[in-house]
Amino acid sequence: MTVPVTRKDLMIVNMGPHHPSMHGVLRLILTLDGEDVIDCEPILGYLHRGMEKNSGKPNNSTISTYVTRWDYLATMFTEAITVNAPEKLENVQVPQRASYIRVIMLELSRIASHLLWLGPFMADIGAQTPFFYIFRERELIYNLFEAATGMRMMHNYFRIGGVAADLPYGWIEKCFDFCDYFLTGVVEYQKLITRNPIFLERVEGVGIIGGEEAVNWGLSGPMLRASGIQWDLRKVDNYECYNEFDWEIQWQKEGDSLARYLVRIGEMKESIKMIQQALEGIPGGPYENLEVRRFDRAKNSEWNDFAYRFISKKPSPNFELSKQELYARVEAPKGELGIYLIGDNSVFPWRWKIRPPGFINLQILPELVKRMKLADIMTILGSIDIIMGEVDR
Amino acid sequence: MIIDTTEVQTINSFSTSGFFKEVYGLIWIIPILTLILEITIGVLVIVWLEREISAAIQQRIGPEYAGPLGILQAIADGTKLLLKEDLLPSRGDIRLFSVGPSIAVISVLLSYLVIPFGYRLVLADLGIGVFLWIAISSIAPIGLLMSGYGSNNKYSFSGGLRAAAQSISYEIPLTLCVLSISLLDIVEAQSKYGFWGWNLWRQPIGFLVFLISSLAECERLPFDLPEAEEELVAGYQTEYSGIKYALFYLASYLNLLVSSLFVTVLYLGGWNFSIPYIPIPELFRINQMAGIFGMTIDIFITLAKAYLFLFISITTRWTLPRMRIDQLLNLGWKFLLPISLGNLLLTTSSQLVSL
Repeated sequence: MTVPVTRKDLMIVNMGPHHPSMHGVLRLILTLDGEDVIDCEPILGYLHRGMEKNSGKPNNSTISTYVTRWDYLATMFTEAITVNAPEKLENVQVPQRASYIRVIMLELSRIASHLLWLGPFMADIGAQTPFFYIFRERELIYNLFEAATGMRMMHNYFRIGGVAADLPYGWIEKCFDFCDYFLTGVVEYQKLITRNPIFLERVEGVGIIGGEEAVNWGLSGPMLRASGIQWDLRKVDNYECYNEFDWEIQWQKEGDSLARYLVRIGEMKESIKMIQQALEGIPGGPYENLEVRRFDRAKNSEWNDFAYRFISKKPSPNFELSKQELYARVEAPKGELGIYLIGDNSVFPWRWKIRPPGFINLQILPELVKRMKLADIMTILGSIDIIMGEVDR
Repeated sequence: MIIDTTEVQTINSFSTSGFFKEVYGLIWIIPILTLILEITIGVLVIVWLEREISAAIQQRIGPEYAGPLGILQAIADGTKLLLKEDLLPSRGDIRLFSVGPSIAVISVLLSYLVIPFGYRLVLADLGIGVFLWIAISSIAPIGLLMSGYGSNNKYSFSGGLRAAAQSISYEIPLTLCVLSISLLDIVEAQSKYGFWGWNLWRQPIGFLVFLISSLAECERLPFDLPEAEEELVAGYQTEYSGIKYALFYLASYLNLLVSSLFVTVLYLGGWNFSIPYIPIPELFRINQMAGIFGMTIDIFITLAKAYLFLFISITTRWTLPRMRIDQLLNLGWKFLLPISLGNLLLTTSSQLVSL
């Protein structure tokens, strides 16, 4: 009796848009051979909300509620880029104090984003306890944000020409306390996680990207810096007032998931250093450039007088974008967040293209998982640090 | 030919009085029922302990609404699972699907027969003793494979295969550790020096290997890849609902309890009081003659030591990350197996030397 020949087919598994992992609605179609991954096809679009089209319709003053929903964990960056683009287009100067306040908020937001990257990353690897610890620290940041901006997460804080309101009395001392506390927290994470042999085994040598390869794929942020390329937009572009502080670019050479982890932990510590320096050196002065609030384009109209400048808190509905195009970028915690803006001599921009870091960084995922085991997909996906809000927009 | 032994005489004497026949039949059930009651309460306590300890580690409060301090949480969970609809996958193998969890639970429950809770407090005083546990716990992977295959779900099948591979590969270091322990006289010898007479000190390597292997057998973190939530949803348990899911849950905690009881008996000194040089054992020795009080103390001590091990395993679950399946199997075959073989060699050679 002949034994029937067993066909060896590859198994196609769908890690569907719904899964208990915490990456958002990303669908992966995996082709597996037992435990090894042969191919991976990500399918996006489950969170597409038409952000760019929505920004074409309302004008610049009403868009701020949308932008925080792109990257909902590092909300200050999306707001920053939204105001930076028209500021550069129209050459609006930002007062020094507003610049310092912006830097403090941005660095706090960077810490918050890295914290909420760390939690799900560890939860995917299997340690569920750091997830609770990061929320403990993030709550402190939320408290700081709420005191300054009024909202814990979706602050509507940045305005063209500065920030919406000045820092409340006593905020700077609270922020100093937070910085001191957080440094002990980071040390706790180092002790628990970085020297854990099981963690190192899971993460070391997994998902290696070379320096050349990283540049070719267009990666940015910690993924680029973990592969040996010291490229940080805060040093390259010198936007806001980053050149007045003393800080180093965090980078590693290996390019595996452990290197990306170390880069992000290092960035958190550098951010604390920057915040402390900014808090010590914050100048007095105005916190926003009120010229943006002028009602009439003509410079000497009576509508632009002092009395009318405080009517509303937003840039005036007549704030027109001239017919130029511009690309503005910031160093978001996930990578390079950019806006390509084409003005139209009217209130509505002609094109408002968002360059999300997560979308570009996600392209490398099929390349990286090709020779890995099933359990490594989660590690690699976690170390890329995507957030579906900005990938899908 | 009349076989005139005392047993036959007693049986005859019982059979003459017809009323006592039923009682005689029933007496055998009472120890079994007591053990089952004890195990059930033990599982409820473990579930509560796990939630409280994990909450403490994660800086939050555990259950607090079901009963005072949340003690009745496990019963509430069990009742809820009982009342859920029993789903069957449409194109899965229904018989395998239904029988799978039962096999996993039955094999674990049978292992409770040979645990000594006190001096002569064993449900079945078999000659093979602890090897019954090892043999029967090898049946559990069959249940996992059946449930994984019968679910008609690629994730479950994957999970079931992984679970079976893991169980099989960690049985061998477990067996070898138990073999090296059984060369020494288990609980009696540990009573001589109190705390310092524990087998833990005579077999430290064996203790560590046993600890790791039993955590892997119970499929607890750091070895819980078969039910890794992020990757395989719930592994072989994905398609289950209601009471069958509760059976898997139960099997997991029963397995944990039986492992910790075996750790106490084999390594931590069983039912001995274990604090040396205190005259209290003399006091208890008088009471031991009295029977019930001594037995209760013995059971209490065994359970207390078992819960110590439980605390360690729960804390480990919430502290360490998960190992990948190939790293897990590497650890079992390439690391623990040679070490336990070496341990066995060491023990046998030391026995030869001491003889």
